Amino acid sequence: MKEHATKAAAFIKDEARTDWHDESLWFVRSKRDKAAHGIPEWEQLRELASQIKDHTLSHLDEYLEAFEAKAKENGVTVHWAADAAEHNRIVHSILQEHNARRIVKSKSMLTEECGLNKFLEEQDIEVIDTDLGERIIQLKEEPPSHIVMPAIHLRKEEVGELFHQKLQTKKGATDPQYLTEAARQHLRQSFLQADAAITGVNFAIAETGGIVICTNEGNADMGTHLAPLQIHCMGIEKILPKAKHLGVFTRLLARSATGQPSTIFTSHHHKAKEGGAMHIVIVDNGRTTQLGRPDFRNSLKCIRCGACMNTCPIYRRSGGYSYDSTVPGPIGSILTPGIDLKKYSGLPFASTLCGSCSDVCPVKIDIHEQLYKWRQIIAEEGHLPTAKKQSMVMAGKVLSRPGWYKMAGKSARWVTRWLPRPLIYNPLNTWGKARELPKAPKESFQEWYRKNRSAS
Amino acid sequence: MSKAHILKAIQHNKPEHRPLPDIPGFESSGIDIVQAFGSTSAQNGTRVVNAADFSDLESTVRTLFPEKGKIASTLPDLTSEVNLQNSAPDALVDVDIAVIGGQVGVAENGAVWVTEANCVHRVLPFIAQHLVLVLPEDRIVRNMHEAYAQIKIDDTGFGVFIAGPSKTADIEQSLVIGAQGARSLTIILI
Repeated sequence: MKEHATKAAAFIKDEARTDWHDESLWFVRSKRDKAAHGIPEWEQLRELASQIKDHTLSHLDEYLEAFEAKAKENGVTVHWAADAAEHNRIVHSILQEHNARRIVKSKSMLTEECGLNKFLEEQDIEVIDTDLGERIIQLKEEPPSHIVMPAIHLRKEEVGELFHQKLQTKKGATDPQYLTEAARQHLRQSFLQADAAITGVNFAIAETGGIVICTNEGNADMGTHLAPLQIHCMGIEKILPKAKHLGVFTRLLARSATGQPSTIFTSHHHKAKEGGAMHIVIVDNGRTTQLGRPDFRNSLKCIRCGACMNTCPIYRRSGGYSYDSTVPGPIGSILTPGIDLKKYSGLPFASTLCGSCSDVCPVKIDIHEQLYKWRQIIAEEGHLPTAKKQSMVMAGKVLSRPGWYKMAGKSARWVTRWLPRPLIYNPLNTWGKARELPKAPKESFQEWYRKNRSAS
Repeated sequence: MSKAHILKAIQHNKPEHRPLPDIPGFESSGIDIVQAFGSTSAQNGTRVVNAADFSDLESTVRTLFPEKGKIASTLPDLTSEVNLQNSAPDALVDVDIAVIGGQVGVAENGAVWVTEANCVHRVLPFIAQHLVLVLPEDRIVRNMHEAYAQIKIDDTGFGVFIAGPSKTADIEQSLVIGAQGARSLTIILI
């Protein structure tokens, strides 16, 4: 896998586009701040959400079993999948049982993680993503670049051209209103023809055996209420104990995600519609392993609001694709190494460790601390790239030997003062690629101290 | 088989017991919740109007939608032009205006709780071009905690909080009203 930095370097080549991407996300972050500041008990809600998740994780097996029992009472069929492959097989077999060939899907990072679309298409099943952003990138044959705003990286001109080719909109049309209307007409046909609807799950309630889905477009509802078969796919960590806990999480989710006081639709499904069938697939896919890592299990509290991406100075200026992971950004950089440490060993370094992600996280995940911890594990297990490893070894030696340290300081001061620019800003100096080295003082602090203070 | 495997892995890996916190009441005084509901709804792009009582419904809806449109009503005080009991859900695609009763309104976010008992067809509030929710003013609560205390989410097979017209900002963060669901939401407070 290419390093995050390599992909980010490609992204920032287009400076105007980088600035636009950065500003688009910062705009969402600012809306989040305004919404959060409007709630006096905001910090209390974050703490409650974090504690509710802590509790739930500490009894996760019991809550999942209670959830399943209640769901079965409600006439819902519950399936368990150990990994992505089993999840895909289960969904496919449900579809086959119902002879379903045309599927409408609403946004689900889990099915993205499992590669469900590709799997079903290989079985000759048509899958239409119905969230506008997801439909755009599906038509463009790209993965999402953000978990809440999948097409945030695209300009309206690109969407206009895509829709012109795929949905026969007017050539050169770029008005979001016009393009959204075209998608609405196109998707209404898909909803009416669908044999089955597949959705993700925002929250699952152990007490009642029901699931909650949050959207702004109403696409999950159009799908599930029109198609005779509804399938909901959820990770094991989506469970909440009781209905009353939804009060805490629904107050946090939309405000953190987009700065809205609520998603437009917060839909609670407990039973299939008359004459319909409802299935829930509960998926592990590495989550129980993450649960067993005391330093990293907090990442399972994530409610997928995307606030950490919107605030991250690295994400904003490198784009979702540079992470090469289903969930990008800060939260993705602590979740994904848990799945494949070697492949994703670069991600925990895609951070300045500024901590802004942890500050905005509605469930108080210590994201930047986990990034730091992953770095140490990556170094210990020998997954550091050679250049980084060698410079760390060298730095370690210098910093543990006062004599070497003094010498290094002296030569650095001399070098930065006297060597010509091209010699200092050479290809080996990656730090200086986009930054100016500070002007070095004539003497070290030690020298200055000896001269000015040590006598007294 | 995977179920046993997953549950075993959780039992082995889960942290030790952590307590479940109580959710406090978040008391706030001096807030006019009906007014707050109105202003939050307006921010969500919802139109809020008042009617004296249910007998005013017919004339209120006619005034709101002067141009002729096919009305599907689930309320006894307003004649439905669509026979909902005998319609298949996908036949509702040509409904212009759906008028449905709401159960609880939430001041902090302008959301209204509606269940399938109110809708006849679950898809009705989404598939109609325009949605009208009718809510008694005294059914407005302050926040989501109070709302969840008032409702029973598994009372019926499906219930939803609706907090505005269907919207998207998926193209360059430009807000567009009328994505896949209703193009407008009007709340009539009784």
